Amino acid sequence: MNPFSSGTRLRDMIRAIRACKTAAEERAVVRKECAAIRASINENDHDYRHRNLAKLMFIHMLGYPTHFGQMECLKLIASVGFPEKRIGYLGLMLLLDERQEVLMLVTNSLKQDLNHTNQYIVGLALCALGNICSAEMARDLAPEVERLLQFRDPNIRKKAALCSIRIIKKVPELAENFINPAATLLKEKHHGVLITGVQLCTDLCKVSEEALEYFRKKCTEGLVKTLKDVVNSPYAPEYDIAGIADPFLHIRLLKLLRVLGQGDADASECMNDILAQVATKTESNKNAGNAILYECVETIMSIEDSGGLRVLAINILGRFLSNRDNNIRYVALNMLMKAITVDAQAVQRHRATILECVKDSDASIRKRALELVYVLVNESNVKPLTKELIDYLEVSDEEFKGDLTAKICSIVTKFSPEKIWYIDQMLKVLSEAGNFVKDEVWHALIVVISNASVLHGYTVRALYRAFQLSAEQESLVRVAIWCIGEYGDMLVNNVGMLDIEDPITVTESDAVDVIEVAIKHHTSDLTTKSMGLIALLKLSSRFPSCSERIKDIVVQYKGSLVLELQQRSIELNSIIAKHQNIRSTLVERMPVLDEATFIGKKAGSMQSTVSSPVGASINLPNGVAKPSAAPLVDLLDLGSDEVPAPSSSGGDLLHDLLGVDLAPASKQSGVNHSPNNNGTDVLLDLLSIGSPTQSSSSLPDMLSSSQGNKTPVSPLGLASPSSNSIQATSSAGAAPVIDLLDGFAASTPKHENNGTAYPSVVAFESSNLRMVFNFSKQPGNPQTTVIEATFMNLSPNVYTDFIFQAAVPKFLQLHLEPASGNTLPTSDNGSITQTLRVTNSQHGKKSLVMRIRIAYKMNNKDVLEEGQINKFPPGL
Amino acid sequence: MIRFILLQNRQGKTRLAKYYVPLEDSEKHKVEYEVHRLVVNRDPKFTNFVEFRTHKVIYRRYAGLFFSLCVDITDNELAYLECIHLFVEILDHFFSNVCELDLVFNFHKVYLILDEFILAGELQETSKKAIIERMGELEKLE
Repeated sequence: MNPFSSGTRLRDMIRAIRACKTAAEERAVVRKECAAIRASINENDHDYRHRNLAKLMFIHMLGYPTHFGQMECLKLIASVGFPEKRIGYLGLMLLLDERQEVLMLVTNSLKQDLNHTNQYIVGLALCALGNICSAEMARDLAPEVERLLQFRDPNIRKKAALCSIRIIKKVPELAENFINPAATLLKEKHHGVLITGVQLCTDLCKVSEEALEYFRKKCTEGLVKTLKDVVNSPYAPEYDIAGIADPFLHIRLLKLLRVLGQGDADASECMNDILAQVATKTESNKNAGNAILYECVETIMSIEDSGGLRVLAINILGRFLSNRDNNIRYVALNMLMKAITVDAQAVQRHRATILECVKDSDASIRKRALELVYVLVNESNVKPLTKELIDYLEVSDEEFKGDLTAKICSIVTKFSPEKIWYIDQMLKVLSEAGNFVKDEVWHALIVVISNASVLHGYTVRALYRAFQLSAEQESLVRVAIWCIGEYGDMLVNNVGMLDIEDPITVTESDAVDVIEVAIKHHTSDLTTKSMGLIALLKLSSRFPSCSERIKDIVVQYKGSLVLELQQRSIELNSIIAKHQNIRSTLVERMPVLDEATFIGKKAGSMQSTVSSPVGASINLPNGVAKPSAAPLVDLLDLGSDEVPAPSSSGGDLLHDLLGVDLAPASKQSGVNHSPNNNGTDVLLDLLSIGSPTQSSSSLPDMLSSSQGNKTPVSPLGLASPSSNSIQATSSAGAAPVIDLLDGFAASTPKHENNGTAYPSVVAFESSNLRMVFNFSKQPGNPQTTVIEATFMNLSPNVYTDFIFQAAVPKFLQLHLEPASGNTLPTSDNGSITQTLRVTNSQHGKKSLVMRIRIAYKMNNKDVLEEGQINKFPPGL
Repeated sequence: MIRFILLQNRQGKTRLAKYYVPLEDSEKHKVEYEVHRLVVNRDPKFTNFVEFRTHKVIYRRYAGLFFSLCVDITDNELAYLECIHLFVEILDHFFSNVCELDLVFNFHKVYLILDEFILAGELQETSKKAIIERMGELEKLE
């Protein structure tokens, strides 16, 4: 006989599963078992039903799917006997949860069982209801539960009380029905009923203001008395834990008193004495006693002020903090966090101990302590505390460094008394744990450095030294590269020496070495390498003697497989080689980055009206404009063979940072450079390069307007009459940057001489077919774009049954006009055109995107081509 | 409030899992895996508390078994630690000298004991005697 037929006992099945040596064996056993159970279910076999379900529960616990057993639970629940019901309800709780539809079917059985004459069955139903009750069940069954709160058997009353908690959490409006019965439970002597009653009252207070008021008025005194009785009760073996009678009840009572006392002076007054008694009399040598003290301290901290009690509480925490048991220290740290709002001075006294806890080997303690130190820092103690934390950074665990650096950086930024100190501390952090520093942090550091003009020389030299020691910390390397690029001359000439510095001798070639090392280092990522190339360009102008060498380094990336680097290399190379005359103006030092704007950005107000740092003219860069959705800053326009210009769009902070000074930068004809952050950006770049907009950008305009002194309306402003947003800001001469950041199609490329505002785009191209989009807008309706699609046949065959289909996301509306024909002759003989109207409901926020499908017959064979178009010119 | 209770051995096999908040099965497995990873390698001298997502896991090890309770961040950690111990004492009493195998073969009984001890994520009864007696009554009905 098959040992795994449904006839096997549960015990045998468990044994068989345990005997399995491999996971595969186990799966086989389970599969056989499940098959047998299914068969038995299909035969509607009553005798084995509850055994089957028990097996299913075990199988479920092992992690196998058991949904086919759900209906069996319901059948068992509906049967008459206690053992069947018991297993049925157990299965219900394990195999189902409140979200399953099947649960609807069980409401009726639950209702019957809640009214059952057998109190054990009532208990089963209450238990199931308490654990899986949904909002609907709560509404249906609340009256039954409410009635059961007064049931004669205490076992039922306590279950009903906890069920009520679940019900009022699911449906808070039901709370008022439970206030009175809950208050009655508080008078109970039976510990189980009392503790559940107290818990019910606590939860009622959370969901209902009315309940809180009621209990506060009617029950506070009674509860204080109950607590007094419990505290003073003689030895009760049944409830005794470490010499304390029912610590759990103590804790629940203290918690409810806390809720009642919070914000109410009278209630707080009423409980003062008993709290003082608990705080002083409770034995603190065992965990149970400490648990009570801990709860008591929290209650004292939360209720209305009573000076004496708070001193008592802080003292208890002080004792906890010096306890040898880690658990106790952990809760002390936790509670000091709350105490700090009550008595910051008292917490400050424990600063040294807390600082020790930051260095604990236990991550839980470290984390708590670090949080606490973070709130303890103020202007007066920031220096010593930061020093301690940075010293610890050197020896801390790798996984803790992330948290730690984030907190240190935040402290340093918030409380730094002077810039030099800030820069010093940040350099230390970057040198120790630069790899854990978030991008915003080093971006912020660059902004600060840029603003501290007297410290430029000092900073670049400090970074040079730091780089020699910690070249493996990526963000340190990036800051160093940036600074050397900007202030390389100061590094070499020891400009702006501070008294505290030791002079160092750095030759021009040493400075270039740093960047070369950084670029060539195998761990350097794209951002670092890109930044390095830009820095080299800058240095090539600052250090003419190294120009040749720099050119050689740059040229090496001409064949880089990473497009971004390849592009930069070619572009930079052309600047170095061919445009000596403008190079020095091009790579002038970055203008000071505006701190206020940066902080504003950092606060996440991307759309806010940050005013432009300088009253700059709108020298929007030519070149490729990118949709704001693509967070990238393109560097140098490949298509332009004269002068590169930056173009930017909204995106992450780094781009903001650069966006902020874009206007002044281009005013000086400067180039500002920003690396792209990651691979996806590069991909987007890639797309833009392919777009024909680049070649059509008008450089001379850009140059003349930038050099020819700030005409407020740039060619771009004129270029696109339909994009109102641009015009508004540009003619106002106000914040061009905002446009850039908001992605309002900031740098709409100007299309030369053809009168249309938007360049045409090869939207789709395959080996057989090319589709070109021409865009136009109707005046006064900037949301709607009329697209004229032209299809060209690139093959020697004629296409018949040509159908073009397009789909757009929800924020767009698409209307397709009929096509000019359905036969596409070869390229020489004509094309098909079709007009599309797209209305962008998120105009100015999102750019167009479209999915297309083109079907046609070539030589009577069906051909289907599909694609997605993302490279619409922005502003559509 | 207790979010879930897990009983796992050192290899990470779940011996009991009780959820008081609804979770998808796949999410449950993930939680069980993560909690096991969190607690299994902690030094015995460390705290019995670990932060877990937005909650806290209070765990205690008995021989090869980890009892883990996931509770709210504001809950009294020490009390729940005591709670675990009380549960273990109840099991110990019920099975007279409980071992992992008892829990495997009588898993349904363990659930029943738990249901008499904790309901809807809250403590239901603090008397060991009361729970053992109640279990005795229920056994008689089988």
